[in-house]
Amino acid sequence: MSRKLTIVAFAAAVAALAVGGLAIRADEFTKKDGERWQKEYMTVVEKGRALWTSPTLGTNGVACAQCHPNGANTHPETYPKFQQQLGRVIALREMINWCIQQPLEGKPLALDDPQMVALEAYVAHERRGVALAPGKH
Amino acid sequence: MNPTDAGRRYFLKGAGALAAASTLPLSLVKLAFADAAQDFTFAYISDAHIQHIEGTKFVRNWDRGLIRAVAETNLLTPKPDFVMFGGDLAQLGSKPELDHGGEILSKLRHPLHSVMGEHDYYLDLGEYWSKLFGPHHYSFDHKGVHFVVLNSVLTYDEWTFNRWPTAEQRMLEMAGLDNPNGSPFMVGEKQREWLKKDLEAVPKTTPVVVFSHSPLQKIYKGWNFWTEDAEEVQAILAPFEKVNVIYGHVHQIQYNQIGRISFNAVMATAWPWPYPATYAQAESAMPVLTVPMNRADPFFERDATGWQFIDMNTGRVTMKFNLYNNTNRVVAFNPATGRPEDRDFQDPAKRIPPQDHY
Repeated sequence: MSRKLTIVAFAAAVAALAVGGLAIRADEFTKKDGERWQKEYMTVVEKGRALWTSPTLGTNGVACAQCHPNGANTHPETYPKFQQQLGRVIALREMINWCIQQPLEGKPLALDDPQMVALEAYVAHERRGVALAPGKH
Repeated sequence: MNPTDAGRRYFLKGAGALAAASTLPLSLVKLAFADAAQDFTFAYISDAHIQHIEGTKFVRNWDRGLIRAVAETNLLTPKPDFVMFGGDLAQLGSKPELDHGGEILSKLRHPLHSVMGEHDYYLDLGEYWSKLFGPHHYSFDHKGVHFVVLNSVLTYDEWTFNRWPTAEQRMLEMAGLDNPNGSPFMVGEKQREWLKKDLEAVPKTTPVVVFSHSPLQKIYKGWNFWTEDAEEVQAILAPFEKVNVIYGHVHQIQYNQIGRISFNAVMATAWPWPYPATYAQAESAMPVLTVPMNRADPFFERDATGWQFIDMNTGRVTMKFNLYNNTNRVVAFNPATGRPEDRDFQDPAKRIPPQDHY
């Protein structure tokens, strides 16, 4: 078989798979899968909301939500960005740590701490639907 | 008293005023020419949120805001006739918080009047606050202006009396601004009846100033930038020619005009709040004339917090915002447009970046 023919045959096979809906497609998922993933995500968002309103994330009883109701004015869509007060480009979670250390007088979280992921998930969830604008001031 | 004595007394009074005028700054001399009955200033400090940690420890950041506002108010020239505290002295309404806040306020060299905030109220329904600061609602007259103080942070009886197992939990539920378990603020029927009676004897031409903690207008229910019976209260105030409502709670500059009623919000000394429009998941009704204040810089902890100096020289509120890391702003009633306006920032071309939130 010539090379050209091989390609045509392969393309035909792909088309047949697509049309035939064979169960061997690796990326197929059901509605139920989607619901489970959303539930997993929302569990972390809710954990984040609990941390956001918690008086024990820091040491002085102050909660993130005291200044940022519903995560407002955290503008997660603008990160990473040049944080002019720090003089470098940072990710949102570094700013979350800054707030934990300053107004909350607490200890910073590891950047991959599940609590940090939850806080970031909550903030992003409250800002869903807003266009990404990395670097914006 | 014979006519000669009267003439002599007037002369002496006039001579005294002239002598004073020669040594006083221009702003004070100007005041001497105004109608004395409508000519005075007062200061407004609000939303200190003094927060107890344990023992003798309080959140330093919020303490510093109130201490600074008190110290600066004491230095004002001309001296204000009195100081209003606009509510939310405490964060969770506890005795240590109210005592500590009261101690800081006790350094004020001017008479103090206080407004009840929800953070002062929902632990013991204002009982301890009342021992320190007086009645929950009252009125007083000062130099031709009728002042009314309302407790506008009441809510439905079922929520207040039946829903929560403990007073502490009730306080915590109301303290979370964005907490969906909260309940809308209201003045309530009983107090509205009191207000009607209180205003019966007041001539319709007398300037009226109403102090409330929540806005007596509906801006955004989700954060209680809202008073459930706002329209009913506005209807009681509507017959008066010059009505000014000054409210705290929102921790930001807002102003509005509804009929003959001018609305002015005041800053917090503790922390600023974002405008409701910055919350992407809900609609709000911010008065369109309000020019947003600058986005707060968290690295300067007093940024976008402050207090205000108010003059009543026109029978309307002229509010001078003393902002710590921003250009000071003046919101004054404009007789030409019939509404309060931000003197310098109304024109979009004159705004400085980043004047807008996003």
